[in-house]
Amino acid sequence: MKVLVPVKRVIDYNVKARVKADNTDVDLTNVKMAMNPFCEIAVEEAVRLKEKGTATEIVVVSIGSKSCHEQLRTALALGADRAIHIDTELNLGSLQVAKLLSKVVEEEQPELVILGKQSIDADNNQTGQMLAALTNRPQGTFASEVVVEDNKVAVTREVDGGLQTVSLNLPAIVTTDLRLNEPRYASLPNIMKAKRKPLDVKVAADMGLELSSKINLLKVEEPSQREGGVMVESVDELLEKLRNEAKVIA
Amino acid sequence: MITLLVAEHDNSELKLDTHKAVDAITKMGGDIHVLVAGAGCQSVAEHAAKLQGVSKVLVADHDLLAHGLAENLAPLVVDLADDYSHIVAPATTTGKNFMPRVAAALDVEQISDIIEVVSSDTFKRPIYAGNAIATVQSEYAKKVITVRTAAFDKVSETGSAEIVSLEAVADAGISNFVKQELTESERPELTAAGVVISGGRGMQNGDNFTLLEGIADKLGAAVGASRAAVDAGFVPNDMQVGQTGKIVAPDLYIAVGISGAIQHLAGMKDSKVIVAINKDPEAPIFQVADYGLEADLFEALPELETKL
Ligand SMILES: Cc1cc2nc3c(=O)[nH]c(=O)nc-3n(C[C@H](O)[C@H](O)[C@H](O)COP(=O)(O)OP(=O)(O)OC[C@H]3O[C@@H](n4cnc5c(N)ncnc54)[C@H](O)[C@@H]3O)c2cc1C
Ligand SMILES: Nc1ncnc2c1ncn2[C@@H]1O[C@H](COP(=O)(O)O)[C@@H](O)[C@H]1O
Repeated sequence: MKVLVPVKRVIDYNVKARVKADNTDVDLTNVKMAMNPFCEIAVEEAVRLKEKGTATEIVVVSIGSKSCHEQLRTALALGADRAIHIDTELNLGSLQVAKLLSKVVEEEQPELVILGKQSIDADNNQTGQMLAALTNRPQGTFASEVVVEDNKVAVTREVDGGLQTVSLNLPAIVTTDLRLNEPRYASLPNIMKAKRKPLDVKVAADMGLELSSKINLLKVEEPSQREGGVMVESVDELLEKLRNEAKVIA
Repeated sequence: MITLLVAEHDNSELKLDTHKAVDAITKMGGDIHVLVAGAGCQSVAEHAAKLQGVSKVLVADHDLLAHGLAENLAPLVVDLADDYSHIVAPATTTGKNFMPRVAAALDVEQISDIIEVVSSDTFKRPIYAGNAIATVQSEYAKKVITVRTAAFDKVSETGSAEIVSLEAVADAGISNFVKQELTESERPELTAAGVVISGGRGMQNGDNFTLLEGIADKLGAAVGASRAAVDAGFVPNDMQVGQTGKIVAPDLYIAVGISGAIQHLAGMKDSKVIVAINKDPEAPIFQVADYGLEADLFEALPELETKL
């Protein structure tokens, strides 16, 4: 079984994003970048499927500028077999990303595509579902367990009320939630080996798709800041404040 | 201009997320229709017909829709889409699951998680875990939107819309529901509660959450958790508050043994009053707390419960 894993290069999750002074966007100059944490979980899941003998080949794909080679190499060091970079300087929305990915799916015919549920920059939570629609495949989103059996995959999903399990016909699309697995670190020998694994580059503009967005980003602002609060000395003082100052409890 | 809102419910109860999404749509202007898709969901439709501002409720009542499978629900919404300028759902796990499937089928970019309506085509939404707020405008003829319900108020139940039944739905035949394990609780739901008390890694284990439950019962509060507490297996996943869990904005949020990572703050910093109880005076949670108590939670919580 071939598994395709789309990975995105994003701001490191430990870094607090700052808004540019001219309010046009977030300032990413000299900011530490990394693989989106949900994509790391997706790569890890694919590698585990390969270790179990379920997956035979893992292909990773990233859409963006040349700098995402860094994240593709990381994925190769973690156990992916080959990588595809779809080169574009455009700041694409999830729909355009899903369209490009659907082209890759058409070419590669993976039986399983594992994506992150959400990228931590745009916080869209859309791409996997859109890819499922465009390829007419079933979707198992926010997965905390993935079990491949015969020509189906059982996906346990983290939903608002608890957990839901669905059974999907393969080929299918899965998106990862935080508790699916704990990603490993790449070992030094594997990082060296990854340098020799194949990484193909395609140019997004040559893939015959309309990539312009009809969503205009008008402004990016700082969120309203909370007024600094006070420290209280005791439980008694806390209760007094909550009752008489904040008036949130009786 | 007519908006189709896909209701959030569990076949027996209409969720307040729906009431709040109606508030958001009211700010966009135009007529509002609500789709209740489910199985045995007539009473939900009757409830939805009371939401102030809703003029029509469409009911699709069929076994295939019982569990909100995106493969069956999305085509139903897409079939209805012709008549609507806006298609909206609350940004719950149900809405997040099927709406992008609808958007892609309509060749429209979805706007996720709006927190403010600027006009019928312009919205504000948080990005980067809420560290920035983007104002975005959609040039699409049809707008596909999910609403962060914590940012809106619930509309009243003073309306009386007509209820229309829809014809049978089709089975996409590519997915099946197997089972669900829902957390049973007597307490209010996290996203609907006026008071939320959450515990983090500092709680040390699941049993210690009873310290929070005693207080929650006295305050009529819901109990939440940080990701660290969920990952460590103290409590189930549906209790996670944060960027990638539930977003809450109650009148009072009490964070106990939670350090205040960016991802946790993203889920609760719009609460009206925030209380933090932590033994580390440097914990970042104190920077967003209105009232901070530097204390050992194992001493502070029993005292708090007794004195409430
Ligand atoms: C992609 C991604 C998404 C994430 N999404 C979320 C999310 O949605 N929600 C979320 O919460 N996190 C999320 N996280 C995790 C987040 O980064 C933090 O790791 C997590 O919030 C830490 O939880 P915590 O505060 O309980 O634990 P810790 O950071 O370990 O803090 C424990 C706190 O308890 C205090 N403490 C310990 N003992 C006591 C005591 N006896 N009395 C009083 N205080 C005590 C300590 O001083 C400390 O401040 C995400 C991370 C990633 C990478
Ligand atoms: N530019 C990209 N390149 C590769 N994969 C992407 C890209 N953008 C999004 N994805 C995938 O889609 C998931 C969800 O992203 P989003 O819908 O943007 O929140 C990510 O975790 C990735 O797996």
